[in-house]
Amino acid sequence: MLTIRNLHASVEDHEILKGLSLEVKPGEVHAIMGPNGSGKSTLACVLAGKEDYEITEGTITFKGEDLTEMAPEERAREGLFLAFQYPVELPGVSTMQFLKTAVNSIRAHRGQGDMNVAEFLKLMREKADFVNLDHKLMQRSVNEGFSGGEKKRAEIFQMAMLDPQLAILDETDSGLDIDALRVVAAGVNKMRNSERSFVIITHYQRLLNFVVPDFVHILLDGRIVKSGGPELAFELEDKGYDWIKEENGEAIVA
Amino acid sequence: MLTLKPTSDFYSRALLEYDRVFSGDGAPRPFADLRRRGRDAFEALGIPTKRDEEWKHTDIRKAFPSDVSFFDPVALRITLDDVASHSIPGLDGRTIVVVNGVFEPSLSELDGLGEIVITSLRASADAHPELMQAHFGRYAEVGENSFVALNSAFDLDGVFLYVPDGVIVEQPIRILHVIDADKEVIVQSRHLFVFGQNSQARVIETHHARTGSVNSFGNHVTEIVVGRDAVIDHYRVEDEGDNAAQVNTTQVYQQDRSVFSTTTFTFASGLVRNNVNVVVDGEHCESSLNGLYIARGDQHVDNRTLVDHAKPGCNSNELYKGIIYDRATGVFNGKVLVRRAAQQTNAYQQSQGVVLSDDADHYSKPELEIFADDVKCSHGSTTGEIDLDALFYCRTRGISFEDARALLLYAFAHDVVKRVKLEPLRDWLNARIDERLD
Ligand SMILES: Nc1ncnc2c1ncn2[C@@H]1O[C@H](COP(=O)(O)OP(=O)(O)OP(=O)(O)O)[C@@H](O)[C@H]1O
Ligand SMILES: [Mg+2]
Repeated sequence: MLTIRNLHASVEDHEILKGLSLEVKPGEVHAIMGPNGSGKSTLACVLAGKEDYEITEGTITFKGEDLTEMAPEERAREGLFLAFQYPVELPGVSTMQFLKTAVNSIRAHRGQGDMNVAEFLKLMREKADFVNLDHKLMQRSVNEGFSGGEKKRAEIFQMAMLDPQLAILDETDSGLDIDALRVVAAGVNKMRNSERSFVIITHYQRLLNFVVPDFVHILLDGRIVKSGGPELAFELEDKGYDWIKEENGEAIVA
Repeated sequence: MLTLKPTSDFYSRALLEYDRVFSGDGAPRPFADLRRRGRDAFEALGIPTKRDEEWKHTDIRKAFPSDVSFFDPVALRITLDDVASHSIPGLDGRTIVVVNGVFEPSLSELDGLGEIVITSLRASADAHPELMQAHFGRYAEVGENSFVALNSAFDLDGVFLYVPDGVIVEQPIRILHVIDADKEVIVQSRHLFVFGQNSQARVIETHHARTGSVNSFGNHVTEIVVGRDAVIDHYRVEDEGDNAAQVNTTQVYQQDRSVFSTTTFTFASGLVRNNVNVVVDGEHCESSLNGLYIARGDQHVDNRTLVDHAKPGCNSNELYKGIIYDRATGVFNGKVLVRRAAQQTNAYQQSQGVVLSDDADHYSKPELEIFADDVKCSHGSTTGEIDLDALFYCRTRGISFEDARALLLYAFAHDVVKRVKLEPLRDWLNARIDERLD
């Protein structure tokens, strides 16, 4: 599904990803954990195609194609989805119009015609219920004035609408209360199948109690320094990142 | 009178042409006094240049037609079908048609007017001498403004609209302006709208042309009197095509407790200069001035507003937004004058421009002149590019760059559109905006 080899990426001549490799196969759930500033969101944005980041070395292939050659919208149409750590508010852009354009763009790419209005409304309602999203939010502008938790839920709602093959969730669990966390996790679990893969970026073990990953990776200073099974997340929860930093020869400044 | 200066040259040719077309046609010339003042003023003022502070960003001379010909009012070619082709679906109300600056009763819906008066300005001189005496030419300053002077110097015709005291006009009144010419033409129109005390009305002026690749130059003056406690909404839509230039002066006079709004939409056009001047000469008035301009190609759109607060306790609110593509230019200059007597004035102004290419320009300048001490005035002016984070967000959902940009610009424009209180008009504008943003 996704193969990243020796990825180096910089922003404004400042190298942030320093040789990152990752292999995600169909149906797998990978968790990426790491301290603040280690490059998790950078990885997510590079995968989604944000132009501010320059790839200086390495390769990314998605479903056998060179991902770096594709525009952000092409990546989305090919089935890549990013749930943003900080979803953008689009004042004045109606959620309906936004999602209709998105869904129909993806359908057109698959050679399907526009969805009719009734079908589309049905899909919206269905998927909103899927993440317990208040239907009133769909009448508003995209993310405008949404609370932090509502924004995260709305991202999962969008994910469900767009039906991706690879979903990257960037700290979708942060700022959620326990009920919202359960809803988001249930959403992911319901979508989980042998074809669809997830990369879940998180700081906390708690989401992983609900969505049990196949692999856990630790990202430190732009590199994956340790990979393991779900137990690695527990170890991190217990011991923090310091032991990993020590293992990797970083000086710990008290 | 032979001279090489463009102003005088244009003017002397215009005089000859005007007299050729209108002498002996039997048309009444009821405005002789104003015409004389207009001619004197125009001779003194000339056509403004970019050295003139008020015309700093707009070179109006280059839009002047090289060959001056006034339209011959006899040769009407516009039909009711043409008029219907500009209809606003779902909008009830009458349509008044002005072809090449001349009010056309044969194309206008004039039945069942009741107490309302809609006539040609010329006819009103005989029919309503007191109203004409009291208001005509009293608000737009001939002596200070070249284009008002020019308009007055060659008075053609336009619409006289009178809504008597206490009359509420339920259905909006549409004034459809069409320019129809095969050769370069100058079109001037002159309107006077008098709204009595406690009256209510909505007027939509739209400007269209059937000139194709022929240049036209429009110079329009609308004087609007808003009586005590009247509530009036005015809209202007400019969509004449790339070869049309126009200077449009809307001069408003508000009396006590009146509520007035005007919103100007500028779509396809060559060069446009809008002057909206609102003199708030009554206490506790509300004034709202709005505009949306979408300029593409080599378009040039210049909006200039003046709100003159002369009396206490009034609110004014302005919102202008511009979307500038290609090599186009947008200009906004909004002046708010708060005179010494105008205590407790609240004046709010906001101008925003989005520039979409390196060759596109947007100039925005607020001007506040405040002589009263107890006032609240604020203004904001921003010119920027489209929000890249928002654009990226849309694209990560599979939406193409172009569609994403159109969605965001549509939303940007919507702030102005939502101030339009008539739903069918809003829908019609939205459809046009959609096309313009494609
Ligand atoms: N556009 C940018 N310009 C400059 N520096 C940037 C930019 N984007 C990211 N960085 C820097 O890159 C580093 C990695 O940032 P990133 O957002 O990827 O971290 P993260 O692992 O997601 O952190 P967090 O846990 O706080 O979300 C940080 O030091 C950050 O300041
Ligand atoms: Mg992050």
